[in-house]
Amino acid sequence: MMTHLDNLESKSIHILREAYNRFGNLCMLWSIGKDSTVLLALARKAFFGHVPFPLVHIDTHYKIPEMIEYRDRLAREWKLDMVYGENADALAQKKTFPDGNCTRIECCKNLKTEALRCTLSGEWPRYRMNHDTGLYERDENTEPYTGVILGIRADEEGSRSKERYFSPRDKNNDWDIGDQPPEFWGQYKTDFKPGTHIRIHPLLDWTELDVWEYIRRENVPVVPLYFNQGDGKRYRSLGCWPCTSPVESEATNIDEIIEELKTGKFANIAERSGREQDKEDGGGLEELRKDGYM
Amino acid sequence: MDTCNVFDNKEMNIVIVGHVDHGKSTVIGRLLADTNSLPQGKLDQIKALCRRTDKPFEYAFLLDALKDERAQGITIDTARCFFKTEKRKYIIIDAPGHIEFLKNMITGASRAEAALLVIDAHEGIMENSRRHGYMLSMLGIRQVVVLVNKLDLVPAEDRQRVYEEIVAEYSAFLQNVEIIPQHFIPISAVEGYNIAAKSEELPWYDGITVLEALDAFKEIADGDDHAFRMWVQDVYKFTNSRDERRIIAGTVSAGRLHVGDEVMFLPSGKKTKVHSIEGFNEPEQTSVSTGKATGFCMTEQIYAKRGELCCKIGEQPPRTGSLVKTSIFWLGKEPLDTEKVYKIKIGSAAVGMRVEKILGVLNASTLENSEKQTVERHEVAQCLLHFERPLAFDLSGQCADTSRFVIVDDYEIAGGGIITDVEEDEELEKKLIRRNVKWIQSSMTPHERESYYRQQAQLIILTGNIQIDKKEIARKLEKKLLEHGKIAYYLGIGNVLYGVNSDIKSDDSMNSPEERNEHIRRLGEVANILLDAGNILIVTANELIPDELDTLRQIIRTDNIRTVWVGVDNRRAADFDFYYPVPSKSIADELAQKLFCI
Ligand SMILES: Nc1nc2c(ncn2[C@@H]2O[C@H](COP(=O)(O)OP(=O)(O)OP(=O)(O)O)[C@@H](O)[C@H]2O)c(=O)[nH]1
Ligand SMILES: [Mg+2]
Repeated sequence: MMTHLDNLESKSIHILREAYNRFGNLCMLWSIGKDSTVLLALARKAFFGHVPFPLVHIDTHYKIPEMIEYRDRLAREWKLDMVYGENADALAQKKTFPDGNCTRIECCKNLKTEALRCTLSGEWPRYRMNHDTGLYERDENTEPYTGVILGIRADEEGSRSKERYFSPRDKNNDWDIGDQPPEFWGQYKTDFKPGTHIRIHPLLDWTELDVWEYIRRENVPVVPLYFNQGDGKRYRSLGCWPCTSPVESEATNIDEIIEELKTGKFANIAERSGREQDKEDGGGLEELRKDGYM
Repeated sequence: MDTCNVFDNKEMNIVIVGHVDHGKSTVIGRLLADTNSLPQGKLDQIKALCRRTDKPFEYAFLLDALKDERAQGITIDTARCFFKTEKRKYIIIDAPGHIEFLKNMITGASRAEAALLVIDAHEGIMENSRRHGYMLSMLGIRQVVVLVNKLDLVPAEDRQRVYEEIVAEYSAFLQNVEIIPQHFIPISAVEGYNIAAKSEELPWYDGITVLEALDAFKEIADGDDHAFRMWVQDVYKFTNSRDERRIIAGTVSAGRLHVGDEVMFLPSGKKTKVHSIEGFNEPEQTSVSTGKATGFCMTEQIYAKRGELCCKIGEQPPRTGSLVKTSIFWLGKEPLDTEKVYKIKIGSAAVGMRVEKILGVLNASTLENSEKQTVERHEVAQCLLHFERPLAFDLSGQCADTSRFVIVDDYEIAGGGIITDVEEDEELEKKLIRRNVKWIQSSMTPHERESYYRQQAQLIILTGNIQIDKKEIARKLEKKLLEHGKIAYYLGIGNVLYGVNSDIKSDDSMNSPEERNEHIRRLGEVANILLDAGNILIVTANELIPDELDTLRQIIRTDNIRTVWVGVDNRRAADFDFYYPVPSKSIADELAQKLFCI
């Protein structure tokens, strides 16, 4: 008898395998957060202990330092093909919100959307982990990725609730939300014009609670920032530190987090309520996402 | 109290459909609000947004999240929303009602096990009320509840009459498309009548509420008692990470699979046994059931590939063929073109397809049939389709995953359909299935034979440009292998052409596609016997293309096959295991070294 989690797991694995079969230049975005880490755990299941494509991290340099440390540790332990990219210019010219030179939304555009676009296309340098030395080296491979796996969920916010499992992006990385391809009977859009790419979303049907229950069941390692370290605060969603605030919570372990989500104080509070960029205006996130934000 | 333990069973996907503006999104929004299912502050946030943009408040905005949707007051694309009751978890799929977005409605409805169909009492049954009803039937959704909405707009004294007229008329329509609705419920989404609680406003109605109707839907049986079906999604061998397992991966569409089961792959007809069920980070399994994304290793390493349908020997086999009768719905911007080659995708199989004949076109709203010979966007038709290669599948009504397909035009999914009948044909696949079933087994297994001969049977296919002498390389390789104590044999295709094939050999045989195919098939059969005998077999033939290699792989039961191309042809570099653009004396030695370390 398949349980709710078994079902979600199998559907996601099916999507991952389909992506791996259909896309020659496939990668998975790993934000180090709980969702994309669950995705990584699912990939290891899908491919029987292997992760046969690179993991790409967009480094905004405003991630909480523990996250990068955790990323590299897991990359070494699990022998991941780890790649990162960044918006070096914007960082050098301090075109960021914490530097006081632009709004939160513009900052997201610079450090995430632009960095993502140019890292995926190969226009900007990519850095790849050399497992012999444990250090990152400039990646010789500048081929564009044509399939990009992301851990977004439909329950996060409005525009994500309308996503496809396989969602095309045009040459400029834009999402034509008014005219998405049909997708039914487990048949996805895997044919695409040169220059365009497909975003693949295996976690669309998962809720925040599902993610935590899966983390518990599968012993998925997550960053300790999700737990209260004794100061009565924890992160519910991890972004850049200037724009993500921790929530008040006593939960020190996974069981307590699950309890909190099921019946406790967060049962009725949106997960991204700690994310400032969602609030700036009504359709802020939709606009960001049309331009290629995850 | 932990109220969620009951949720260990499956979630249910429910779609809400109906004509544009009949109140679908409002029903869901109201349901979320009335059951306290919204995140804190969400309702206030929408109210504030409406004030700011000077719009009247709409419950629909809880679902219609896109700027364009709110600006136009219309749902453009399907939204998922997560909802739970005491009984179970739901994903509610809010579909758009505008005809322009039928593809999005289908996208949403195809994921659902049950449907709510909304009809505006004020406006009555409209074109898409009917079309959506028909589509539900085509998509195989049999559990339907009809909501007669906006009764607040009908004067109190007329409500019951208006409601009953709609019930009568719409029931008759649904009956024509083989749907018997479980309930009709009179509601007002805006006023909240009969959504989460029974309303005093409609005292003449004593049935259930929308919320109760959701919980009354039944979970669909998991399909474990059907004959086993699994599409081969991929075959993995992660040799780079020093993993020597060769795993057939796929998701079980129906039935159960156990270690030790004898399985067959169709259309190729290859047989093997399940050696082990593979998994990662989970307890060892000896069987898997419907819905599971799994993988298994085989006892005999046969060549199976993506697109084949795996079934169990002794159970009802799937059908195979290339000419099928289908019911399709068309979503393409251009009408269906009988001259064009489309691609059909069924399960993991994909193949070129032509429309052989349009048998009839149906208006999905009026249910009128016509004989016209074109199928326009949003029409439904019966068609005879011709696949470029035979495929394996089931007929509709047996197993959903193996009887439904989509049609791809260029880069886009342009239609979908179900297979209703098949003209069986006598193809290679049929021959192979028969051969394998009738094969007279020796008392010696291939494995035992290997240990006697101290070698694995292997086929080396040497091919390449016609001007290049491959025979010399083959002879040299054969000699070298024999000198090193191997049992090797060189077979040139010429040895088959004038003997086994003498009945069909003509002067230009190898240039006529039909004859060439048959020559290659026979070469494959002869090679198969020599390999079954345990030989290392070297075969030469001119300019074998990848499709022909596939034919050979299909016929030959071992997958221990290496391919070599000699001569300049850059396209071939990727298709062959070994590519030598320049012929040289050392090729035989190099091959012996690489393949046998001698
Ligand atoms: N008076 C009244 N108006 C309603 C009722 N239900 C919906 N409406 C109104 O009908 C209009 C359309 O409602 P929606 O919920 O957007 O309709 P829909 O079926 O989702 O429309 P599409 O998704 O675009 O096909 C809105 O202005 C609603 O306020 C109702 O019960 N009574
Ligand atoms: Mg709507």
